[in-house]
Amino acid sequence: MSRFSIFSLARNAMSWHQNWPSQWRSPEPKPEYDVVIIGAGGHGLATAYYLAKEHGITNVAVIEKGWLGGGNTGRNTTIVRSNYLWDESGLFYENAMKLWENLSQELNYNVMFSQRGVMNLAHNLGDVRESVRRVNANNLNGIDAEWLNAEQVKEFCPIINISKNSRYPVLGATLQRRGGTARHDAVAWGYARGADAMGVDVIQNCEVQGLMVEGGVIKGVRTSRGEIKAKKVAMACAGHTSVVADMAGIRLPIESHPLQALVSEPMKPVIDCVVMSNAVHVYVSQSDKGELVMGAGIDPYVGYSQRGSLHVIENQLAAAMELFPLFSRTRLMRSWGGIVDTCPDASPIVGKTPVKNLYVNAGWGTGGFKATPGSGFCYAHTIAKDEPHPLNAPFSIDRFITGALVDEHGAAGVAH
Amino acid sequence: MTEKFRTSHGTGVDRSSVINFTFNGKAYRGVAGDTLASALVANGVHLVGRSFKTHRPRGILTCGSEEPNAIIQLETGPRSEPNLRATQIELYEGLIAKSVNCWPSVNFDVLAVNGLASRLFVAGFYYKTFMDPKSMWMTVYEPMIRRMAGLGVLPREKDPDTYDHMNEFCEVMVIGAGPAGLAAALAAGKSGARVVLCDEQVEFGGSLLNSKEIIDGRPALEWVASAVAELEAMDNVRLLKRANAFGYYDHNYITVHERRTDHFGPGAKPELARHRVWHFRAKQVVLATGSHERPLVFADNDRPGIMLAASGQAYANRYGALPGKRGVVFTNNDSAYRVAIDLVDAGMAIPMVIDLREVADGELPNVARQKGIEVVTGAGIVATEGRKRLKAIEIAQISSDGEKITGAKRRIECDTILMSGGWNPAVHLFSQSIGKLRYDEEKACFLPNISSQKERTVGACKGTFDLQSALEEGMAAGALAAQDSGFGKGKAPAAPKAIVVVEKPLKAIWVVPTDHPVGQGPRKHFVDYQHDVTAADIMLAAREGMHSVEHMKRFTTTGMATDQGKLSNVNGLAILSAQLGKAIPQVGTTTFRPPYTPVTFGALAGRGINGDLADPVRRTPMYSWHLEHGATFEPVGQWQRAWYYPKAGEDMHAAVTRESKALRDGVGILDASTLGKIDIQGKDAAQFLNMIYTNAWLKLPVGSCRYGFMLKEDGMVFDDGVTSRLGENHFHMTTTTGGAAGVLDWLEEYLQTEWPDLEVYCTSVTEEWSTLSIGGPKARELLEELAPEMDFSNEAFPFMTWREGDVAGVPARVFRISFTGDLSYEINVRNWHGLHMWEKCMELGAKYDITPYGTETMHVLRAEKGFVIIGQDTDGTQTPQDLGMDWIIAKSKADFIGRRSFVREDTKRSDRKQLVGLMTENPKEVLAEGAQLTYERVNPTPAPMVGHVTSAYWSPNLDHSIAMAMVKDGHNRMGQWIYAHDRGKVTKVKIVSPVFYDQKGERRDG
Ligand SMILES: Cc1cc2nc3c(=O)[nH]c(=O)nc-3n(C[C@H](O)[C@H](O)[C@H](O)COP(=O)(O)OP(=O)(O)OC[C@H]3O[C@@H](n4cnc5c(N)ncnc54)[C@H](O)[C@@H]3O)c2cc1C
Repeated sequence: MSRFSIFSLARNAMSWHQNWPSQWRSPEPKPEYDVVIIGAGGHGLATAYYLAKEHGITNVAVIEKGWLGGGNTGRNTTIVRSNYLWDESGLFYENAMKLWENLSQELNYNVMFSQRGVMNLAHNLGDVRESVRRVNANNLNGIDAEWLNAEQVKEFCPIINISKNSRYPVLGATLQRRGGTARHDAVAWGYARGADAMGVDVIQNCEVQGLMVEGGVIKGVRTSRGEIKAKKVAMACAGHTSVVADMAGIRLPIESHPLQALVSEPMKPVIDCVVMSNAVHVYVSQSDKGELVMGAGIDPYVGYSQRGSLHVIENQLAAAMELFPLFSRTRLMRSWGGIVDTCPDASPIVGKTPVKNLYVNAGWGTGGFKATPGSGFCYAHTIAKDEPHPLNAPFSIDRFITGALVDEHGAAGVAH
Repeated sequence: MTEKFRTSHGTGVDRSSVINFTFNGKAYRGVAGDTLASALVANGVHLVGRSFKTHRPRGILTCGSEEPNAIIQLETGPRSEPNLRATQIELYEGLIAKSVNCWPSVNFDVLAVNGLASRLFVAGFYYKTFMDPKSMWMTVYEPMIRRMAGLGVLPREKDPDTYDHMNEFCEVMVIGAGPAGLAAALAAGKSGARVVLCDEQVEFGGSLLNSKEIIDGRPALEWVASAVAELEAMDNVRLLKRANAFGYYDHNYITVHERRTDHFGPGAKPELARHRVWHFRAKQVVLATGSHERPLVFADNDRPGIMLAASGQAYANRYGALPGKRGVVFTNNDSAYRVAIDLVDAGMAIPMVIDLREVADGELPNVARQKGIEVVTGAGIVATEGRKRLKAIEIAQISSDGEKITGAKRRIECDTILMSGGWNPAVHLFSQSIGKLRYDEEKACFLPNISSQKERTVGACKGTFDLQSALEEGMAAGALAAQDSGFGKGKAPAAPKAIVVVEKPLKAIWVVPTDHPVGQGPRKHFVDYQHDVTAADIMLAAREGMHSVEHMKRFTTTGMATDQGKLSNVNGLAILSAQLGKAIPQVGTTTFRPPYTPVTFGALAGRGINGDLADPVRRTPMYSWHLEHGATFEPVGQWQRAWYYPKAGEDMHAAVTRESKALRDGVGILDASTLGKIDIQGKDAAQFLNMIYTNAWLKLPVGSCRYGFMLKEDGMVFDDGVTSRLGENHFHMTTTTGGAAGVLDWLEEYLQTEWPDLEVYCTSVTEEWSTLSIGGPKARELLEELAPEMDFSNEAFPFMTWREGDVAGVPARVFRISFTGDLSYEINVRNWHGLHMWEKCMELGAKYDITPYGTETMHVLRAEKGFVIIGQDTDGTQTPQDLGMDWIIAKSKADFIGRRSFVREDTKRSDRKQLVGLMTENPKEVLAEGAQLTYERVNPTPAPMVGHVTSAYWSPNLDHSIAMAMVKDGHNRMGQWIYAHDRGKVTKVKIVSPVFYDQKGERRDG
């Protein structure tokens, strides 16, 4: 892998950038791998990376039906935070946060992780109560969290409307200063490049169409490019997990919904942090290009088409205008949708399945981008050792049998 | 300033009507009918902006919504608007505009120094650097990038304009009012079908507005005028100008953004909504969205003075504004010869047409030759000069594969290039509708292929570039669309006659060579103008493994600027395909997504902003009374509830103390009208409730009430409330205020999906009833006075029953239920009697010193009794057992929702978090709601948390603070001391029963 730096950039500029190598190969699938990962989103690629890096398992293929990073990884609004309520989630996401803090250096790829602070607004007394509860839980878990009153909110984000006359006045907010955003494509590309350099085959335009299971043990995958044998198979296919799991006869407690996002035309900076509001259903940040990046809740119906309905966007912009009246004269430039995999308790599933050597990583819903490094790290451990890492043990599929749910609706119901 | 480039022609402008405007601080004159761009062209101003990254000077490239260069900040103050396209801004008197993203001015832009480093600023360079030292990303690099990014500036003030929404149905929706669209609308309109015709331009006519076509022997615009007149005369036709159809969703749902007042400028009548978003549901759609001319990708192809050919033609023909003094036409097809001919006719010097094709022997090239224009074939522009305005070009012969220069270079002085790389049908909406495209080799463009909705494409959008065929297609499609929606016989009216000119095929050369290999020398081949993306960037992307068109787009940012790739996408993917050695259709396009052109946020939000309109505010009939009596309000869901009623000089604490004591000592009154109420009827109603609630309902006698818990399937409490049996098959359910809608959804979901065989009907009646809760030891006396006919004795009217009767002269239902623990009655009357009843209670209660109390006091009183509030003491993770309410689960019932979860390993644990009371050592200290609990005082981080404080109050009746909490294994730990943590503060607390007051329940019966 040729290292990226200002020096290599300058050196390559001398030769008009003709000599940059490909960031990854385009290999033909081999007949057999130690591990086949289904889905080259951030989670699948990170898993391959950590399998190679942490566990020395490099005979790995990541199989992607489209282009790498083209699922939710390349469609999300890139909010990263770790201020989850319950211990299980808080510790899991905090581990991811620590990995984020070093990710550009780790991957030698600038993923533009920008810790500009994430505020979650409170608009009623119930919100306030829940916010304080979360701040206290975070603090006791060693996760940075602060409670801001309305004036402090305004100080942190001057364009926000804290008028008492607005429909749902801002009463305060939780703030995680270490939260922020990252460049989604770079995360996928950086992991792909890193994994590829250690020998992982990232195979694009190859759809998994069947799982080969014999006597309760996974044997490989059937793909649009033929059969590929594997000692272990790991799903990381987000919105399509139910479809793929069904190929092995596994029914998951997952519903897939469209989730939309949008950007405005690029403008000079107006907002320097991430603001989220569950109560009025909108969240916003401004990208380094100057676009306002916004999202809301899921489209209510289930489906697999990566597009949503306009009224969801209209409602979300109305909500945004209450909070940020000055947005009115900017324009919607692009909108899109992804398919998110939601679990009944708004927490993911990472672990083993009833089929031996088949693993599942899914249910990230509206908020799995922030988990990417941590998910890959723990999932790789789970696959390599055939048992979960302590951090993802609570997120086993068994919890839907035992009832030990990790209900993060309060913390993640709409938000990301 | 005089309009040096204004001619005496111009079919779309009125030269007698002068309009003054200011651009970049200088005063100019334009005329009525001008756009800002055409007025600037008429004044010889082409330098209108700077590029995003390297701040190169750039000129007006197009005349329409696809403009990537002329990006404008319009006006100042609260009506200022960033990023508008000069090509779409209609000129009005006093208009003030300036270029965006250049400092100090468009003429001298400091950041143009970036150009020096442009060799470093290749596609994706930022992924490769700015990583060391790590700390500098947040402190230096990113702040620098953010400062440079972005185009225009948002005004800080609140938008003074209003916006609205419309919803409408039609049979035939025609999008685009060029010749094909007009023909379609005429044909459909004649059938009597409801037709909508919309166009983003100021006038109908489409491409005919810009050209000099002849229809039926007359100038085409005369035909347009008569067609429009005919359409205007039809009542069944709605015409929308300045209306951009921006989204095509499922089931022929089309969204249109209409700009209604922008052309009046800031002086527009304030009562008019500035923009309107239309939502049309059409039976049939006809797409006549035309096509966009494609730029040629040649060396240094982005300089002021370089323009798309047909746009130059439009400026001359329509606006009477010549794009320059002396220009050359650079083309790979015949259409641009029309431009050369028209411009010469308009008085511009066009010495030469440079044609990439080896032969140009069509009708139009020959006419051009006759006009004395030199036609140089097999040649291309290989270099250009001039920074703020094009000065000269170099041309050379090109090898037939388009790979290299073969002959000597020839230098020609000119201030304008009019280029044409062929035409891209505007298939955006077609693609949004999920229609499938195909690549047409001969026309070198993507065309609609397979429709997936009830839609037809006509004219240039379908690749039909000749006028006669476009008119005929339009007529046919309009008639068929009408027929398919039930109108007319599908017979197309005769199309008018245009002059048919046969055009020869184009030759696609996607990158015109220069004197050094592309990307390996100073000359740049721009593909995405606004984002500074060059052919070399795309080649680099391919080299670095970005083989998918989506990767290329994201890596280079091609197509992600404000024009969303209308000009760049096809060129970009053609270059990528060549680099990968693949055919263009194998690489494919990126997905087309709404909006077609950017849509104002305010318009999308519509009227749904500004307080009450953002979300309906719900108020009870007694709201005015509360307001008059000084209540402070608390929002609960959409409701405004009275929170407490401070008397002069009282703070919340004092008011709540007074209210709480008043109820316990005398009588209090609460407006409980916001409680959700659902009327449930049907022969299976009791059975339904038996499944919905955890307790038994079948034998509840008529006239009785019962408190119930609803669980989700996981066994966790989801809502509670009292439900009363009004009749054998008739129940009145109450829910929490915030949970009402969710409960109704829940009931319906089960009725519709799980138990469709049950005959049960649920109707929300929340707003039909006003509910007054009257409680306290004096409540009975007051009720007896209010309703002398009714017997309120414990025997006649026991706890958990309800009675109907006349109360204060109006029919009422009175329920004997209590959320305070004291004797209490809930009077329900029709909502129009609510205020009357309240006032009557206050009047008759005066002698008992009746005290109105709000939600805060209600919370305190119920907490004194340990009654939970769903959503405050619970969060979806508590079973009834966790709440210490095992009694509410009917052991004998075969099933109810959530029951099977009780046997789950984790759900049946005995050491789950359980509801307890907490007492502080210091009686005055009120814990923080949301404080986290630990068993031990000092804990490492992460600390093992065992629960949290859910409710905490000062209890005036106990003269002690009280709290409710969820504590792990709490039921087994009564009397133990644990620790509450709130943002650094640690408080020692004792676990006690959550029933703090009247533990024997003696006050209930008065
Ligand atoms: C609009 C939107 C906004 C969001 N905002 C945020 C946010 O702000 N913060 C946050 O943390 N999260 C956010 N999310 C959620 C986040 O994007 C996802 O949880 C996360 O990216 C999931 O990553 P992944 O790698 O699991 O899935 P993906 O990136 O979706 O990858 C799954 C891959 O599997 C492939 N695949 C599927 N089926 C097959 C098959 N049969 N064969 C081969 N390949 C297959 C898919 O093509 C896809 O590439 C958002 C999501 C959306 C849609």
